[in-house]
Amino acid sequence: MTVTDHTQATADAAHSHGIVPDKSRADRVVSFDADVFPVPTGREENWRFSPVRDLRSIFADEPADGHLEWTTSELPAGVALTEVPADDARARTVREPGDRASALAVKHSGGAMALTIAANTVVEEPITIDLRGTGGDVRGHLLVEIGQSAEATVVITRTGTARYSELVSVDLRDNAGLNLVLLQQWDEDAIHAGEVVARLGRDSRLRGTVVTLGGKVVRLNTSAAFAGEGASVDLFGLYFADSGQHQEHQLFVDHAVPKCTSRVTYKGALAGKTAHSVWIGDVLIRAAAEGTDTYELNRNLVLTDGARADSVPNLEIETGEIEGAGHASATGRFDEEQMFYLRSRGISEDQARKLVVRGFFADLIHEIGVPAVEESLLKQIDLEIAHVEEELEHE
Amino acid sequence: MSTLEIRNLHVTVETPEGTKEILKGVDLTINSGETHAIMGPNGSGKSTLAYSIAGHPKYTITEGSVTLDGEDVLEMSVDERAKAGLFLAMQYPVEVPGVSVSNFLRTAKTAIDGEAPKLRTWVKDVKGAMENLRMDPAFGERGVNEGFSGGEKKRHEILQMELLQPKISILDETDSGLDVDALRIVSEGVNRAKDTTGLGIMLITHYTRILRYIKPDFVHVFVAGRVAEQGGPELAERLEAEGYDRYLASA
Repeated sequence: MTVTDHTQATADAAHSHGIVPDKSRADRVVSFDADVFPVPTGREENWRFSPVRDLRSIFADEPADGHLEWTTSELPAGVALTEVPADDARARTVREPGDRASALAVKHSGGAMALTIAANTVVEEPITIDLRGTGGDVRGHLLVEIGQSAEATVVITRTGTARYSELVSVDLRDNAGLNLVLLQQWDEDAIHAGEVVARLGRDSRLRGTVVTLGGKVVRLNTSAAFAGEGASVDLFGLYFADSGQHQEHQLFVDHAVPKCTSRVTYKGALAGKTAHSVWIGDVLIRAAAEGTDTYELNRNLVLTDGARADSVPNLEIETGEIEGAGHASATGRFDEEQMFYLRSRGISEDQARKLVVRGFFADLIHEIGVPAVEESLLKQIDLEIAHVEEELEHE
Repeated sequence: MSTLEIRNLHVTVETPEGTKEILKGVDLTINSGETHAIMGPNGSGKSTLAYSIAGHPKYTITEGSVTLDGEDVLEMSVDERAKAGLFLAMQYPVEVPGVSVSNFLRTAKTAIDGEAPKLRTWVKDVKGAMENLRMDPAFGERGVNEGFSGGEKKRHEILQMELLQPKISILDETDSGLDVDALRIVSEGVNRAKDTTGLGIMLITHYTRILRYIKPDFVHVFVAGRVAEQGGPELAERLEAEGYDRYLASA
């Protein structure tokens, strides 16, 4: 178990932690041109943990044959879901794609779907979008645009199966607030490579929650860039990897302007011999970003032998004039002493495991802020734990 | 009326240097309403005795028996032992982050009784027990042992004991590290449980101080993995005056 904590780090221009990338995160290429990104071999910095063989069809520069079935909650006044032609979709995307999968998703999606909330619109009920895969290759491009001082909660749930790649562009205008929940509840053979890029205008607030339970391979890269002062981003993630599942979450928070706050909190449980999770958290505090306050945390709970959790926090700081910058990463085994303690109070082994895992995720689940999602998540975590018990019995 | 009977108990533990025998033939009988103080120097095997009875997987029983009212305790799983009426107040209770004290207590009570406690009386019972132990009501919403002070952990152990109402309770150095105020509160809790439920107590301690607050009926001096001497409360007074040197020299 390793824990590093630099809550009050005061740093010089070249300060960084963890595995240091060969160059600054700021230099990484972004482009709508897929040819800029060679087909990944698995040796690249950002693909080195990924099962690139399973992603082959996603790297192919070919039209896709499948689609996702969309089911959307009734949209209130001020909210629109529209189809946007390709050229317009690119122009309205807040940042160009950061890898081949994302660039090809835009290229072959045939335009984008845009969810637009008009300025000053406050949407009380969560807007839900259910995306159901029916097999085949699917490329997606989604725009989420929150107008000035508008506020909304958007829950996007992915189910069924597909070989799916996507770019989700999130545009928060000044003083906008968005609670965006992305639920990966795919069938067990789904492949999903997604990129979420967010731009935060002045005083805007983004809460992003990612929950990954299903799928064979899920790889989600989330980037948040501050475009105006006084904005804040909270990125939460919860994942539970079983045998045969690869769940990868990469994050990049780009502090380019002063006085912004970011918090990244990801927690995962792993069970089963070939379960693999990857978390890479990059935070860049540029020279101009004075008064930045940032903290990122990743915790992993390994429930059985043979599961593997990779966790790589990186913090690059180009100014010493900050409020605080820190990161923590810890991966621990399921604690037999906790188990003994609970069981010595009469609590059965199954129930004790459930308590410990639920406890591990409890604070995170309460951050989602959508009661229906929180409740269903607790049930799904119980199902995951039941699955762990089955696996343990087979051993 | 319950009886915990320990006969010729031998226990080993795996160490980097190989298998080591810690308990070398322990005989002890504890009946309801009796308080037995187990006293001895550090490393004499007192805690091993406690954890072996509770069923900690680290310890291997190689010989002997432990029965509760004739039932074979050693055949039971850890949770079955608790359901049978055994309780271990631990010296170093572990943290279970994210699991609230109130949820933990209710889950344990439900498991021990085999049915959920009636909500209204349960809330009242918990509130009363916490008041008796001078615990803030906000305690219930904290994570189990999460960030608790030493004294809070021990009070939380006694709180569980009072609510779960075991037949026989093993207190493993519940007094160590407590200031006198906390020691008094914790001791009151133990005495209360004994008065109301007829609890039988195995009180493991290194120090004699707690015996001013919890009166033992029997005192057993534990040295090198077995009971070296036993007697009444007067034996504790002698230990207070003389220490353990006499036993260590002859051991």
